Amino acid sequence: MKSHYQLAIVGAGPAGMAAAAAAAECGATSVVFDEQPAPGGQIYRAVETPAAVDRAILGVDYWRGAELAKTLRDCGVDYVPGATVWQVSPTREIGVTVDGTAMLITADQVIVATGALERPFPVPGWTLPSVMTAGSAQVLLKSAALAADGAVFAGTGPLLYLVAWQYVQAGVAVKAVLDTTPISNYFRATRHLAGALRAPQYLMKGIRLLRGIKKAGVPLIRGVRDLRMRGDDAVSAVEYRRGHDWQRIEADQVFLHQGVVPNVNLSYSIGCRHTWNEAQLCWQATTDSWGESTVEGVAIAGDGAGINGALAAEYQGRIAALGALYRLGTIDADERARRAAPARAALAAERRIRPFLETLYRPPKYFRVPPDDQTVVCRCEEVDVAAIRKAVAVGCVGPNQLKSFSRCGMGPCQGRLCGLTVSELIADFTDLPVSEIGYYRLRPPIKPLLLAELAELQTPAASDR
Amino acid sequence: MVRTADAVVIGGGIHGCSCALHLARRGISVVVVEKDHVGRHASGVNAGGVRRLGRALPEIPLSVAAMGLWHNIAELVDDDCQFVPSGQVRVAENGEEARGLEERASLLRDAGFNHEVVIGREELRDLLPAVSPHCVGGMVVVDDGHANPYRTTMAFKRKAESLGVRVLEQVRVLRIAKRQGTWRVDTSTDPLDVPVLINCAGAWGDSVAVMLGEPVPMQAYAPMLMITARMPFFVKPVVGAQGRTLSLKQFANGTVLIGGGVRGNAVRTTNTASLEFGGLSVNARTAAQILPTMRGARIVRCWAGIEGYMPDGIPVIGPGRQEGVFHAFGFSAHGFQLGPIVGSIIADLVTTGATAHPIGPFRIDRFDSPPQRQRDALT
Amino acid sequence: MFTNIGIRDRDFVRVIFEDQEIMVPQGHTVAAVLLAEGIRSCRETPVSGAPRGPYCMMGICFECLVVIDGEPNQQACMRHVREGMSIERQHGVAQIGPDANAAQDPAE
Ligand SMILES: Cc1cc2nc3c(=O)[nH]c(=O)nc-3n(C[C@H](O)[C@H](O)[C@H](O)COP(=O)(O)OP(=O)(O)OC[C@H]3O[C@@H](n4cnc5c(N)ncnc54)[C@H](O)[C@@H]3O)c2cc1C
Ligand code: FES
Repeated sequence: MKSHYQLAIVGAGPAGMAAAAAAAECGATSVVFDEQPAPGGQIYRAVETPAAVDRAILGVDYWRGAELAKTLRDCGVDYVPGATVWQVSPTREIGVTVDGTAMLITADQVIVATGALERPFPVPGWTLPSVMTAGSAQVLLKSAALAADGAVFAGTGPLLYLVAWQYVQAGVAVKAVLDTTPISNYFRATRHLAGALRAPQYLMKGIRLLRGIKKAGVPLIRGVRDLRMRGDDAVSAVEYRRGHDWQRIEADQVFLHQGVVPNVNLSYSIGCRHTWNEAQLCWQATTDSWGESTVEGVAIAGDGAGINGALAAEYQGRIAALGALYRLGTIDADERARRAAPARAALAAERRIRPFLETLYRPPKYFRVPPDDQTVVCRCEEVDVAAIRKAVAVGCVGPNQLKSFSRCGMGPCQGRLCGLTVSELIADFTDLPVSEIGYYRLRPPIKPLLLAELAELQTPAASDR
Repeated sequence: MVRTADAVVIGGGIHGCSCALHLARRGISVVVVEKDHVGRHASGVNAGGVRRLGRALPEIPLSVAAMGLWHNIAELVDDDCQFVPSGQVRVAENGEEARGLEERASLLRDAGFNHEVVIGREELRDLLPAVSPHCVGGMVVVDDGHANPYRTTMAFKRKAESLGVRVLEQVRVLRIAKRQGTWRVDTSTDPLDVPVLINCAGAWGDSVAVMLGEPVPMQAYAPMLMITARMPFFVKPVVGAQGRTLSLKQFANGTVLIGGGVRGNAVRTTNTASLEFGGLSVNARTAAQILPTMRGARIVRCWAGIEGYMPDGIPVIGPGRQEGVFHAFGFSAHGFQLGPIVGSIIADLVTTGATAHPIGPFRIDRFDSPPQRQRDALT
Repeated sequence: MFTNIGIRDRDFVRVIFEDQEIMVPQGHTVAAVLLAEGIRSCRETPVSGAPRGPYCMMGICFECLVVIDGEPNQQACMRHVREGMSIERQHGVAQIGPDANAAQDPAE
């Protein structure tokens, strides 16, 4: 690892891996940092060393990641696994910890490819042990060949069905899938069907997943509009409502999911401008057509700049890298355009399905803005809806004032699991658009940093150069 | 629509809110104008240190008077502001530093103050069992402490509002002009006409002073702070160091705040204060060397706030050159503790034209070159 | 309850979970080990003492905090097992002062 690179890429998911490959083709000195021990990101996690014997259970799409990982290993960029990037400054000074040593390095260009995280799902009891996310079920499946027998899956969105399907493929009993997709979404989504039909593979895939789940005899309960988790020391039952009456399913494992949203902690902390995306109901960094953010020399690629899926992330990674290479002077405008053309065409095709998916799987307000006063919003500091209501009433009309007043968002997750809920809750209480409410002001370190590591920080002057 | 009031306070920090509160208690109608939101800058994000320990000599009388108010803060603002009289200690790491503390104590005794007490190695260990063995002594002020800055500023604001003060947030003062004996204050919304104008604009205090034709050599910097995840309770007083930059305190919830004045970069036009990790690293090292337990702490957040610094390290407090103008700004990173008293001093000046507190050293014209001062004296 | 659905050949390492030795597949995260062992809650919160277990498994939520080799606040879902590693649940509330819940620290 060097103390200076022309290009530094944060994240080794599809966007980061594709960006690295593009940079290598043009010969820029580049580095890829990722917290995980191996390449792949969330979607292709453990793709080089999958845990399960039976490859088929993960589905064909997963294996595309193997090729990307191989390219990353072979293409000649410095790939640093186990590296936690805890700051990128607006002048592109990067703070990273590897094996317990924190250091500062610099880069001329930075690509943030830190991907997405699952949208918070604040329902009563969601903090109980054994209430986890669908994403977490998949991580356990991919990297540890572990699955929970008799789990309930609840929520909406492709990932929920995919993981339930993967469970079924693995022969694991699924107690029920509680689908929270509002029935009205189906009608609204038909408007975007034409676009969706131009990418029929996604429609077919969705139909295949649901058919597989039903064929296995898993109860698929649609139109769920109220959910709560029950249990003392851990979850023991899920209660749900479709109409008036509560129903109860005994279960000692629940997986929740209502879509994914950009992981904006790094881009916010750099100072990039973000806007509210009303179609995707999330904050996203503002970028130009080459992925460059409002901070010069910092580009955002992949889900971090808006959710478009794994394939799109790959194309965006490539485009962002070409943009960075152009700014470095490594390639000229013509070469940039020529090299980007196939990726642009493929990206456009990928995006056609989005309006349909966003409309169909748009999580309803009652699962985003918890109606129940006792529902915990900030898991770290255990701040509930009532406390937020009270703080807003005494004049905390923004996330930052709320934070100072109630500790909401001040715990170690740094708002990742409450930020969106807080923005939308305050908007609801004050009757203002979410775009005016804003988000937490985030500062580095974006991950907790051991004081001893900071005390012994290696600066560029100290290490080699 | 032109608004009117007896006085306008520019700036919704602790000093602005305190001025408003004390004026309202004396029956003056006040409007506070704040360009962002109350407590957005230094007053809401500072380290919350409430100390007399180590203050510059001219500030001591004010600081001592403020401390009296802090110990009964709920009587003033109906909120305890989470003030904790935890004590503050400044650690000496070698003999030379210990001698420095002795000298300081005798200087203060000569000036008639006894609050700073020098302690030896054993007493330091009793007070701070976690202190590193190399530390040889210290200086203590037993009933100094700390409070929650945002909560305090909000408490002053709320109390002021309950007494009739109007607080306008997201409103910026753009121009000030004298018109028929009153001040016309043009803002980003409606203008104000007032006889009295109080500049509490913190790190922007110099630009308000310029609007009034009183330029001052103020600089803006961004002191940085870091806070840890909750830790087992291990330190009661606020800990500083004689020879190095450090201020460290553990709150009742277990989190530990580390700062002391290491500076990041302030950009006033964009309201941004950026962090500089080289400096934070030095700060972290100091903390770990004086309190070795800190090595295992996890830093969860860092931030910086924008503060105005005067060349001599003490604020501007007092009347301006023109009638009806008062200043309280440039607190140079130790103004939070003075908040409760400065409002009362300004209220004295506004209502009676004088104050019993010694504010001579804080005159705004102290930076003028001698000829300028003479010219002022003549006119 | 999590069960193994057929794991590929992997070496095993020995870890010590609260005085108890267990053999676990190399490459597992500490969180995976705990879940496979049927440990549902790995800590209590410092605020109310409520039990918590892993939630996101991708380093986001900080619910999976445990004590590893004596060091508290380790993310179990991000740490991989190593021969001889010691793992303990983290009991957050016991260590801090009495009026901790009401108290705040400043924030930016
Ligand atoms: C990180 C840090 C740590 C500190 N730690 C301590 C400590 O432990 N103990 C201590 O005693 N002191 C401490 N201080 C210093 C203390 O916080 C300040 O001295 C004090 O809060 C200053 O208050 P203020 O009201 O003057 O300034 P501010 O709180 O900055 O308020 C000024 C306000 O004026 C507004 N304003 C400016 N221009 C205009 C305009 N044209 N129109 C409308 N509004 C305007 C600004 O937006 C701002 O809100 C610290 C400071 C910092 C930054
Ligand atoms: S389970 Fe979420 S951080 Fe480990």
